[in-house]
Amino acid sequence: MPSSQLETGNPKLETDLRELAQDIVRRAMYGGATAAECVVREGDEFSTLVRLGQVETLKEAGSRSIGVRVFFGQRAASTYSSDFSSEGLDRMVKSALELAKITSEDPFGGIPETSQLGSLTGDLALYHEDVYSLPGAERIEYARRAEKAALDFDPRIKNSEGGSFDAATGRKVLANSHGFVGEYRRSYCSVAAVPIAQTENGAMQRDYWFSVARTLKKLDQPEQVGKIAAQRTLRRLGARKAKTAQVPVVFDPMVATSILDHIFEGVNGDSVYRGASFLAGKLGEKIAGDNVSVIDDGTIVGGFGTSPFDGEGVPTRRTVVIENGVLKSYLLNTYTAKKLGLQTTGSASRGLAGTPGIGPGNYFLQAGTKSPEDLISGIKDGLYVTEFLGMGVNLVTGDYSRGASGLWISGGELTYPVEEITVAGNLKDLFFNISEIANDLEFRGSIASPTIRVDGLTVGGE
Amino acid sequence: MTSDHRHISAVDVFALSCRPPGLVWDNEATAQMSLPAARRHLIDVDRQRFFFDHYGLAERDLERYLAAALSAGGDYADLYFEYLSSTALMVDESMVKSASQGISAGCGVRVVSGERTGYAYTDDLSSDRILHAARTAALIASAPAKTPVAGFRQKPARSLYPVTLPSVDAEITAKVELVTRADKAARAYDPRIKEVRASYADELRNILVIGSDGTFAEDSQPLARMNVGCIAKTESNSARGNSGGGGRVALDFFFGDKNPEFFAKEAARQAILQLDAREAPAGEMEVVLGPGWPGVLLHEAVGHGLEADFNRKKTSAFAGLIGKRVASEGCTVIDNGTMPWRRGSLNVDDEGAPTQETVLIEKGILKGYLSDKLSARLMGIADTGNGRRESYEHIPMPRMTNTYMLAGQDNPEDIIRSVKHGIYAVNFGGGQVDITNGKFVFSASEAYMIEGGQITAPIKGATLIGNGPDVLTRVSMVGNDLKLDEGVGTCGKDGQAVPVGVGIPTIKIDRLTVGGTAKKDPGGFMQ
Repeated sequence: MPSSQLETGNPKLETDLRELAQDIVRRAMYGGATAAECVVREGDEFSTLVRLGQVETLKEAGSRSIGVRVFFGQRAASTYSSDFSSEGLDRMVKSALELAKITSEDPFGGIPETSQLGSLTGDLALYHEDVYSLPGAERIEYARRAEKAALDFDPRIKNSEGGSFDAATGRKVLANSHGFVGEYRRSYCSVAAVPIAQTENGAMQRDYWFSVARTLKKLDQPEQVGKIAAQRTLRRLGARKAKTAQVPVVFDPMVATSILDHIFEGVNGDSVYRGASFLAGKLGEKIAGDNVSVIDDGTIVGGFGTSPFDGEGVPTRRTVVIENGVLKSYLLNTYTAKKLGLQTTGSASRGLAGTPGIGPGNYFLQAGTKSPEDLISGIKDGLYVTEFLGMGVNLVTGDYSRGASGLWISGGELTYPVEEITVAGNLKDLFFNISEIANDLEFRGSIASPTIRVDGLTVGGE
Repeated sequence: MTSDHRHISAVDVFALSCRPPGLVWDNEATAQMSLPAARRHLIDVDRQRFFFDHYGLAERDLERYLAAALSAGGDYADLYFEYLSSTALMVDESMVKSASQGISAGCGVRVVSGERTGYAYTDDLSSDRILHAARTAALIASAPAKTPVAGFRQKPARSLYPVTLPSVDAEITAKVELVTRADKAARAYDPRIKEVRASYADELRNILVIGSDGTFAEDSQPLARMNVGCIAKTESNSARGNSGGGGRVALDFFFGDKNPEFFAKEAARQAILQLDAREAPAGEMEVVLGPGWPGVLLHEAVGHGLEADFNRKKTSAFAGLIGKRVASEGCTVIDNGTMPWRRGSLNVDDEGAPTQETVLIEKGILKGYLSDKLSARLMGIADTGNGRRESYEHIPMPRMTNTYMLAGQDNPEDIIRSVKHGIYAVNFGGGQVDITNGKFVFSASEAYMIEGGQITAPIKGATLIGNGPDVLTRVSMVGNDLKLDEGVGTCGKDGQAVPVGVGIPTIKIDRLTVGGTAKKDPGGFMQ
C-alpha cells in the first residue's frame, strides 16, 4: 500500500504575500491608475479515492495565483497570472493598465469608499492545521473505511464508485489603493462514499453521502458516512415512474437548498438592477408565506460561508433577506448597491479576474418546529424528492421544471421509490406555497435548509 | 466527490449563480453544416517548440522527470505541460464594462500502477518543483524503479485548426467591435428588447505531453466564443433569449457568416418569442427534436454512459451491452474529434494520442466505448483518443469530443406532420445524466406544441426526462437534415469542464416525459 508523507505546500515565497499585494497596488498607481485592487490566492489540496478496497487515485498539489483590477477614473480592467517572477508581475500590471483604455466610462464603477472597508476581528475559527495532520496511510484508511461500511451494510450493495477523503487549505490576501490590506486562511476536510446497489434483475442505483468540516475533529466517522450512503442508495432500488398529478411535494434538506439558491439568484443585485429577476422591484413586498424567513450571515464562527471581509474588503455581516415572507434586503456588492441607490451588504465575491460578483455567506432558511416525520405524516398522497436532475429554472420568468427522483408518500409514510419524473411550477407561487418547514436545519455547506413541504407543483410522469 | 452527475451546459450571461457552474440556456443552430472529412497533413515536427523556447526545457530534462516519476515503479508515467492565455470582454447596458486577460501555466505529473493513479502538479515550471511533483506522484507505486523508454517519438499529427497567437493589442479593438455590434443589433431587433449582454472570450492553450512509453505530442489549441443574452419586457411580461457560437477558430471567423449580428438577432428573436409562450404540457407524449444543439440528447442519453471508465467499473447502465440493440435501426451515433475547427475537436487528446472518429451505435447496435490510455490497457481495447482533462491540475479521463447522429431519410416536414399531439423542441439549455440508472434530462428553452400535424403555439421552457438505454429505441423517424451546434457546449464530469460539440438531424421520439405545468390534455386539439 502506498503511503504519503505530506510535504506539499508551496515553496516559501521570498516576499510576504501581503507585501506583494500592496506592492502590486503601488505599481498600478505608479503606472497611472486612479484606483487599484490586488488579490493573491494560495492553496494546497490532497485527495484520495479508494474503490473496492484498492487505492484508485492519490493527488497532492499546491498552487497560487494573483490578480489585479485597475481603474482609470471610471474605466476598469483586470488581469491575472500564475507567474510570480518579477517580469511576470510587471507584465500583468502593464496589461491591466493597457486594457483599461478600451473599456467604457461607467459612472457607477470603483472600489468601496475608505469608510466602508474593514475586517471582522477575533478568531473566526476558519483554519485548523489538523486537516493535514493525518499521516498518508491514515487518510487512505478514512476513504477505505467509508467505502467498506457501505459495502458491508447490505448484500445488495454490489459495486461502488468509491470512498474518498479530501483535505485542502487556502489563503487569500486582498489589498487596495484606499489602504486596505487583509488576509485569511481557511481549511477543509471531507469524507464521502458513493455505493451502487443492484436488484436481482440487474437494475442499478447509486447515491452518496458525505461529511465536511473545517477541522478533523468535527468530521463524522467514516463508518457513519458509509452507512448513510448505503441506506440512501438501497431505498432507491426498484424505483418506478409516477402518474402525472398535482400533489404536495416534500424537499429533503439537501434538495431544499436548491430553493434557497433560486431565492439567492432572485435577490442577487446584479439580476435586480437589470430587471432580470422576478424579485426585482419587490423590496418591502410580500414574496413568500409568513413562515418563510431567510438569513445571510457571513459572520458565524467556523461557518462554511464565513470570512472576515468580502471580495472587495468590506466586512461581512448578517443580513435578513426575507422576514416572515417580506423581502427585506437584496444581496449587494459596491457596484450593484450604487446602481440601486442602496448600501453594499458585504456580499462581493471575487475571482482572480473580471468585476466582482455576488456570493452568499452562511445562507439559510429559518427552521420551523415540526420534525420531518411529522411533516410527512400529514400527507395522504405526495412526492418526497431526494434528488434533482438538470437545471430547468428560468430566473427571469420564475418558470421552474426539473427532473426528479425520490420516494412516494402514501398515507403519511414514505413507501416506494420513484424516478424519471419532473416537478414543475413557477417560483413566484412556489415561495408562497412553502406550506410547512421542519426543524432539521443543519449546515453541510454554506447554504442550508430544513425539510420543506410545497403545494401546488405539477409532478410529471406517466 | 459528492455527486457523480454529468452535465452539459451553455453559459447564460443572465443566469448568475452563487456557485459554479453557472446555469445554462442557449443556442439554436440555424446554419447548415456538413460534416467534412478530416483534412490530414503532417506538421513539421520542429515547428512547435513552445515549452523548449519559453522555459528552456531540454529533452534530457524530460527524461529526468519521467525517471523520477517511475522511481517507485509503476506501469506508466506522463507529464502534461500547459500554458494558457485568455481574454474576455463583456458589453452590458451598452458599455464595455469588463475586460480581462490572464495567464496560467503549470505541469501535471501522473504515475499509473495497475488501476492506481498518483497525481501531482505544480504551477512553477522550475526543475526542482517538477521533480518534486514527480516524486509525489510516484508515491502511488511501491516497487523497484522502472526505466522509461529511451527516446521520444512524435507521431504525425493533424492540423484541424489555425495556429493563432496569444491576443495582441491590435486585436483587442476588433474584439471590442464584436461585442458592441452585437449589443446594437440586439437592441435594433425590437424595441421590447430592454437588456443586452454580449461577451467575447478566447484562449490559446499550448500543451506538451510526454510519456514513459515514448509519447511526445505538442499542440496549440485556440478556442473562441461569442455569447449574446437578451431580456425582452412588456408591461406584463419578461422573457429571455440567448445565443452564441464559435469553435477552434481565429478572430476572422466572427467577421464572416457567424458575425455579431447573427448571434444578436437569434438571441433577440428567442426573447420576443418567449413573451407569448404558453404553459408546457405535462406527461408522456410524442417529441420531435429539431436539428443541431438538441443533439445534447445524445450526449446525455448515451454518450456519458459509453465512456469506458464507467463500463470498466460496471457502474454504467450500458455496461455489458456491446453488440446489443440500444436504439432503433435508423440511429447511428458517432463521436468524432477530427472535425476541422469544431469546439470539441483536438489534434491530439490530453494524453498525446491522436483523436479519431469512433462509431458508438451503428444502425441501433451498440458498437464501442470511448477510451483513454488507462481504460484501454485495463479493458484490452483500443485507445480511441478520448483522454481529456480540464487543465494541468486534473487527471485525464474518457470524455466526448463532437457527438452526433448521422442523417436519415425522412423529410423534416413529414416528421412534424406525423405527430397528432406532442411538442417540437428546437433549442435547449443544458442536460444532465445519472449514468448508473441511466436517467437523463435536458431542458428545452424554445419549443412549440404540435397539434394535428401542425406546429402551433410556443411553449414555456420545460425539462424532458427519459431513460438512456431505451430512449433511442423509440426513435421512429430520422430526418435528412443533420446539423452541428454553433459551438457553445461545455461538458462537466467529476468537476472537470471541457468544450464539446453535439449534433443531430430532426428526429421523432414516440414517447418521452415532458415536465410542464398544464393540466392533462382536455382533448382540445384539432384534428
